[in-house]
Amino acid sequence: MTDNGRYAVIGKPLPKVDAASRVTGQAVYADDMLLPRTLHCRILRSPHPHARIVSIDTSAARRMPGVHAVITGADLPIKFGILPVTQDERALEHEKVRYVGDPIAAVAATDEEIAAAACDAIAVEYQVLEPVMSIDAALGRPKDERIQDYGGPNNIHKLVALEFGDVDGGFARADHVREDVFFFQGNTHLPMEQHSAVATYIDGKVTLWSSTQVVHYVHRALAKVLELPMNRIRVIGAAHGGGFGGKTDPFAHEIIVAKLAMITGRPVKCTLTREEVFYAHRGRHPVLMWVRTGVTSDGRITAMHFKSALDGGAYGSYGVASTFYTGALQTVTYDIPAYRFEGCRVFTNKPPCGPKRGHGTPQPRFAIELHLEKIARDLGIDPVEMKRANFVKPMTRTVNWMRVTSCGLEECTELVMKASGYRERERRSGRGMGFAISSYLSGAGTAIYWNDMPHSEVQIKVDRGGVTAYCGAMDIGQGSDSVLAAVVAEELGLQPKDIRLVTADTDTTPIDLGSYSSRVTFMAGNAALEAARKMRALLVEAVEASGRKYEEVSFEEASVLAEARFGTLTTAGSYTPPKIAGPYKGSGVGPSPAYSYSACVVDLDADPRTGLIHLNKVWIAHDVGRAINPLLVEGQVEGSVYMGLGEALMEEQTFRKGLHKWPSMLEYKSPTFLDMPDVETFIVETNDPEGPYGAKEAGQGPLLPVIPAVNAAVFDALGIWVDEVPVTPEKIVEALRRRDKGEPPRYGPQRFPEIPYPPTIKVDPPPRDLDRAAAASI
Amino acid sequence: MVALEVNGERTELLLPVHKTLLEVLREDMQLTGTKHGCELGECGTCTVLVDGKPELSCLLLPIQIEGRAVTTVEGLASGSRLHPLQQAFAELGAAQCGYCTPGILLASKSLLDTNQRPTRDEIREALAGNLCRCTGYMKILEAIELAAERMSTHSPSPLAGKEGMGRISDR
Repeated sequence: MTDNGRYAVIGKPLPKVDAASRVTGQAVYADDMLLPRTLHCRILRSPHPHARIVSIDTSAARRMPGVHAVITGADLPIKFGILPVTQDERALEHEKVRYVGDPIAAVAATDEEIAAAACDAIAVEYQVLEPVMSIDAALGRPKDERIQDYGGPNNIHKLVALEFGDVDGGFARADHVREDVFFFQGNTHLPMEQHSAVATYIDGKVTLWSSTQVVHYVHRALAKVLELPMNRIRVIGAAHGGGFGGKTDPFAHEIIVAKLAMITGRPVKCTLTREEVFYAHRGRHPVLMWVRTGVTSDGRITAMHFKSALDGGAYGSYGVASTFYTGALQTVTYDIPAYRFEGCRVFTNKPPCGPKRGHGTPQPRFAIELHLEKIARDLGIDPVEMKRANFVKPMTRTVNWMRVTSCGLEECTELVMKASGYRERERRSGRGMGFAISSYLSGAGTAIYWNDMPHSEVQIKVDRGGVTAYCGAMDIGQGSDSVLAAVVAEELGLQPKDIRLVTADTDTTPIDLGSYSSRVTFMAGNAALEAARKMRALLVEAVEASGRKYEEVSFEEASVLAEARFGTLTTAGSYTPPKIAGPYKGSGVGPSPAYSYSACVVDLDADPRTGLIHLNKVWIAHDVGRAINPLLVEGQVEGSVYMGLGEALMEEQTFRKGLHKWPSMLEYKSPTFLDMPDVETFIVETNDPEGPYGAKEAGQGPLLPVIPAVNAAVFDALGIWVDEVPVTPEKIVEALRRRDKGEPPRYGPQRFPEIPYPPTIKVDPPPRDLDRAAAASI
Repeated sequence: MVALEVNGERTELLLPVHKTLLEVLREDMQLTGTKHGCELGECGTCTVLVDGKPELSCLLLPIQIEGRAVTTVEGLASGSRLHPLQQAFAELGAAQCGYCTPGILLASKSLLDTNQRPTRDEIREALAGNLCRCTGYMKILEAIELAAERMSTHSPSPLAGKEGMGRISDR
């Protein structure tokens, strides 16, 4: 919006560099690979939500013609997990199963049908245990035994209690205090591509192609479980068919195909069925939330106390981080001078939950946006203006030590207010508009494994006019390859199509931690910028040594001059986030080098007779810092709006008697072309001081405000609160029925359980204002 | 033995009778452009055209369509020249991960073959059986509208012929 004119590539709505391969069917996804002599793998999974394994007899399966190998947990006993503190998964379980779908044995056979038949021939004797299927059940004493042997008491996985500033004093100062309870049901990513992995074992070395978002973390897990040094393992990201966080853990099938390839000496492929994808999960945690906020009579927040209880499923996954995330970012949108957060994650006998788009933050965002709406109505002031009066300001630090640099909340709000006509909206029963805001990280400020090394590295090679950029970043469809090409092209005076890319290959590319936490544009973008500027300096020096100017010669000529002068032309750049985490345990979750901001208005019709909702339109403004490619930013924003609407209205992962109620795409409802309203997207550019060309994230933040905006619009239309997600027709009808009976016009949880939170750790807040120098130094 | 006509080429294949058209295309004919999302007829990802009409290849047996013309995504481009739908999808960012794209392209082609200038609601209706999780459908709708406009007015794409676009590249 401001100085795009000075760039040749940055800010241009160019097609993705791999667009042609995606529209012609030529991109090679993992399941498209068929190497000579490939064996096919199927996995036997638990039919019980909770059971001890008494015995596994694979002898009949091994005797079947076409079966080349059968493995069980005894072959892969070493535990792994994405977080160092929760190494609690096995590729195959031989002692105990913890959810329906837990992997037990795997077969490699000449075709998939034989492999499936061999799985059927494996006899497993179980000692069935009482399953734990809810937060309440997990908090109580287990009937048989605990799901995991760590954590506690009972089936509690993690407890956290933090306090920043004088919370009791803040409440004492308040003119009005309100408490609310909310519930956000779990849901799943539902990528169109089923997870798939192919492994070979040649020359004593494992190569794995996988539909993963995180080649580096898969590399680490393989090394640990297979007991091979990392230099004998190569992980390559195949063309990716959608992740949304669902392919961010190392998975059992990835380890299994590698082990089977080592045993058989042949390529082994495993593609999960759609039902298995529902069991692989790692999706949105169901979260029960309690929030209490004090405000002055003019609506300024004086203190907030937020409690969350996460239903984590059977394993740790990212759950410790998810727990902290439910409490970390409330302060990044609203100026909260005193804040107490108590979080709890429990184990249940369900597929493990983990990170889905927005990781741990859509649930609290939903809760606090609605909570503040209610407070404003209590005070008789306009909710939008009340929220606005509490917006954080750029260049500040929050009470919990989050460093806010650029912040476009005001601009975003003004754009969607004006475009939607929210303030002048028609007031009639059955039609409503809702408004909400949000913020999200541009990459986590700390790595999963704490270390001082860069989070992203890029190498550039120039030879005889050709440019190749190498980076471990994994393009999952969001266009990270196109961002790398755009940055390198901009700096060298070329076009993105001129840049060859080698990405997501642990043998040939320097590290990037992966496509999660919206980190790639910011981190790999900065690494690419450094590498490209170094390369440009070499080219300029060589051209000027010949008595001319860089702009006067062709790129080919410049590269020949530079290669003659310096020899092999390679440069490297890297990105390490600033050390900005606060001085307390748990401070690693939440800090980011920059936060994106969004504001959203949803317009809908709600039928009071049926409870059915028809979406009319969505307006969304997103502060992306700078749009390196506005076409791709719009795509991320629209995709986020879509996914938010699905979560708000229909998507839910629920269970009956230990079984997933709908592990299929027909029964797990997601929005179709017919459900999706038109979206008007506004890109706000605040030129972040540390982002590449000022860029921040776009892939997750815009999902967050959509969900509470839907619930607020339902209140606007019908005068009822649905304090739960998803907002289904039956909940709307029930809330209306309660209203008509003279009860509170609300559907939602009634109480928050007693949780044995530990004593609160009190943390002194930081000084509030930042100048730019201070921002860079803390 | 089953004789299939796929993308204008006739092939005779010896197949187990229960093998679906999806499996035969991908595994026996190496036409891996046709993707699968559920293999139960729920997601539309494996859509191909049979005599010009969209069909779910995961629910068809080759013997059911013997003698009929099958079109897969590999049959959309003319040599290395993209079909106007492919061109518009590439230009407007209608393919993010690209996994649902082949099925949606074919369903769209079938629509435009019978309705040259569909309204947005007609496009939504025609594609209601095809799920996409990346795009929020917006860019797909815009791309189909752009392709329809170009195909009905025969206006060439402004990017066609430029290097890198309007050509099939290898990644």
